[in-house]
Formats: sequence, structure tokens, C-alpha cells
Amino acid sequence: MIINHPLLGPRDSSEFVYMGDASLIERPDPEAETAASDFVEYAYLRDNPASWLRELWFHEGGDRSWLVVTRNTVTHEISQVEMARDVARSKGRSK
Amino acid sequence: MRYSGFKVIKEALSGHKGWKPAWREPDPKPHYDVVIIGGGGHGLATAHYLAKVYGQKNIAVIEKGWIGGGNVGRNTTIIRSNYLLDGNEPFYEFSLKLWEGLEQDLNYNAMVSQRGIMNLIHSDAQRDAFVRRGNAMMLNGADAEYLDEAQIRREYPFLKFDDQRFPIKGGLAQRRGGTVRHDAVAWGYARSADSHGVDIIQNCEVTGFRIEGGVCKGVETSRGFIGAGKVGCAVAGNSSRVMAMAGMRLPIESHVLQAFVSEGLKPVLPGVITFGAGHFYVSQSDKGGLVFGGDLDGYNSYAQRGNLPVVEDVCEGGMAIMPMIGRARLLRMWGGIMDMSMDGSPYIDRTHIEGLYFNGGWCYGGFKATPASGYTFAHLLAKDAPHETATAYRLDRFKTGHMIDEKGMGNQPNLH
Repeated sequence: MIINHPLLGPRDSSEFVYMGDASLIERPDPEAETAASDFVEYAYLRDNPASWLRELWFHEGGDRSWLVVTRNTVTHEISQVEMARDVARSKGRSK
Repeated sequence: MRYSGFKVIKEALSGHKGWKPAWREPDPKPHYDVVIIGGGGHGLATAHYLAKVYGQKNIAVIEKGWIGGGNVGRNTTIIRSNYLLDGNEPFYEFSLKLWEGLEQDLNYNAMVSQRGIMNLIHSDAQRDAFVRRGNAMMLNGADAEYLDEAQIRREYPFLKFDDQRFPIKGGLAQRRGGTVRHDAVAWGYARSADSHGVDIIQNCEVTGFRIEGGVCKGVETSRGFIGAGKVGCAVAGNSSRVMAMAGMRLPIESHVLQAFVSEGLKPVLPGVITFGAGHFYVSQSDKGGLVFGGDLDGYNSYAQRGNLPVVEDVCEGGMAIMPMIGRARLLRMWGGIMDMSMDGSPYIDRTHIEGLYFNGGWCYGGFKATPASGYTFAHLLAKDAPHETATAYRLDRFKTGHMIDEKGMGNQPNLH
């Protein structure tokens, strides 16, 4: 499986470490009334679709950047690769 | 029809004309007391124990494809009960005891072979951990035996003892562990369940649940609606997809695990060997092939095939610990989809929907658990309370802080 790194170009997936569903970027608000159950859902429950999934890959054997890869879990086809930093900022994180 | 040696002789003398199909192919009835989704090992075992032990009648098992076509036919056939934690060990020991009586219970030859399993030790720290686990096993009534290097040299002289990185310093053996013919497990349970009146309905895919007022009334299928007093879901690998139809999100990710078999060889490997440090384990089938495997590919997958980096990793592990494996040619390799749970342990529990029960999250330990999983799931379905060996397998254990994390890896499914 080849991941087309936005900065480094095509890299073999074995250079990466896998972290799962990219919704992990969207950490719940710890101040919220429902924080306890929000964090249980955040940490332990997954959609786990048999189709397209946005997921986090860490380029440990490379430039150590985090990527958001959109990949089909049935065919392993990859349709989009973004820097996780850009995705997080576009959601208003790290301001 | 009971199978026996006399029956084989009688049939041999009469041209084998008296054999009958081992199970019927009934059409679905409009309503059952219990519908079990999933005609794999666990679903069929559940039906068998529901009918035979818990005296339930009017049961159906519905299966999308053909029975035994999923993970029960794709695993590496190992049975054992060498766990550490209190939530796990009594359950797996119960399972191993059921394996020991399985063939008599089913009147079916499942080729249960207690040839023993051994986990290799390479360091003092690992020895401490394994001896602790061995003690936990014995406290729960299982057998465990510490082997020193000399004993392993006698039993497995062909291993590489003086590897620079992972020299063999000892092993933890469970002599009652071993292997079972996995397809025969599915067929034996199916035949027994059928003989107790269970309808096994193949080529019948669940397309939805009928849930009214928080109560599950039955399942919509590709062969029409089937009403049910209770619905049990045992579809590990696809649990998230099926339970999503009931609006549930599960603490599960689906991952692919690969397995391999070499060409047939004369007997070379007496038992099962696991080389955890090198991500490799191996046994020899009765047909002669070396059956081996290693780690997950590591990313979510519903493809029943793996990729090459893990093939290379597994074969390197094999060459490192058992160099003679390099002389054998690889015959086949394949992948199966695992329900990887958030702590590496399974779920056997009610759901928040009345009448809907869930069995899944088996990671890559589902095969050895088949009898106990079926037994305890049947207990839950029949009595609405967990079996005494399966009380820890709750779906809400992450909320209450009662994780069963054998490896201490945390909520990272691809590391369990």
C-alpha cells in the first residue's frame, strides 16, 4: 500500500504507524456537563465502516508528521491524503 | 443418525448408500423463540447448547453465506487456556474442558489433539511474567508447566537456541492445549444443533432489525422478515456492520490477520510453538502442513487478504526461531477479519435494546473460545443473566473502568 505524502510524495505504508479513525482529532470538551460520557465514546467507540474511512497515520519512519488518509477499508484504495495539522486547524483546533 | 465405527463398516459393505445429509435445509418460519445471526462456530455452538443444555425449542441460525465459511474456517486451529486475568482465565479453562469432551458431546470427530502449546521465553523479565501467568492459570484449575532450556532442547532440538537477539531461555507449556480440525467444529455443531431441531438457514442475509419501542421484534433478511422473541448476534469480524443496523456503535475495530500453510511434510513439529517476541507461531496439521501466523496487518480492514510487509515479517520470525522452516515451500496464505476490541477481550452481553444480545470482539482468540462462547451465550439468551465464567465480558466495561487488558496496551485495538 502506497501513501502519497503531501510533502514527501509516494511512501510505502510500512514506514507509518497506524492510529485509527481520524475523529480522534476532535477531542471532546473536558469542561462540558457530559464530559465523562463524551470521553468514553471518544476513547472507546468506533464507527468501523466497511467503506471509506478517514484515519490517522504517523510517518514514524520518515518526517514524523501526522496524516489524515481517506482509505477504503474493503479495497485499500486511497482517495485523499492531508496533513493532520491542516485538518485540525480547519476545525478550529490549535488557535 | 449416530456415527460410529460399526456404521462406517456397515456402510463400506453396502456401497456407502446409507449416508444422509448432516443437516436439513429448511425454509425460514415466520417466528422463532430465538434467532441467532451468524452461522459460524460461535453461532452454531450457541444453537447447540441452547437446544441441548438449556432445553430451548424453536431456534434458528441465519447465515449470510454458507455455514463455517468465515473465521471458523480461516483460523490456525489452536486451543489453549493460558491467560492471566481473572475475567478471562476461568472462561478459557471452561472452554478447554468443553473441547476435551466435545467429540462425545457432538458424536462427531473434530480431531481434537492435545499436543501441547509452548510459549518461548528469552529474558529474565519475560520468565517472571510467564511464571506469574502460569501460576494464575493453575489457580484457576488449568495446567501450566515451566520448562527450562534443557527440556526444550530435548523436545524441540531444531529451534535456534543461540539467537543473538532472542536466545531461548525457557518456556511456559500447557500440555492440554493443542489443535482441532476447525471445519469439523462448525459441521459437528451444525449437525448436532440440527438434530435437536434447530433450523439452520443459509444464504439468508440480515438487512435490518425491527425494533419497536426499544424492543427487538425480529430481523429483516434477504428472505423476508423473521420474527423473534430474542435475537443473538454472533458475527465477529462484521459486528460493527450488523449492530450499526440497530443503531449501535461498538468498542471494536475490524482488522485483518493473515495465516499461512506450507506444503505437506512428514511429522517434524510435535506441538504448538509461539515465539511472541518475534511475532510468529507455528504448529503442524495432521495433513503435514506447517500452519503458522503472526501479527495483524495493523490497519482497519474488511478485505479477507493481507499485504506483503506482514508476510515478510512473519516469515522472518519463522526463520529466526526455526531455521529449518526455510526449506519448506509456502503453499497457501489467506486473511480473516477480526473484531479487535478496545482491551483485547471479548463481549458477551445484553444490549440496551430489549431482546437483542451481542457476542463479539473476539480479537484473534475466537476459535479456542468457540465452545465456551456458545455455552455462555446460550446461558445469557436462555436465562437473561451471564454465565458464571463470562460475567466480565460486558459492553459497558470501559465506562465503569473494568477493562480486561491482558497485555496492558490500552485502547489501541491493533496492538492487542
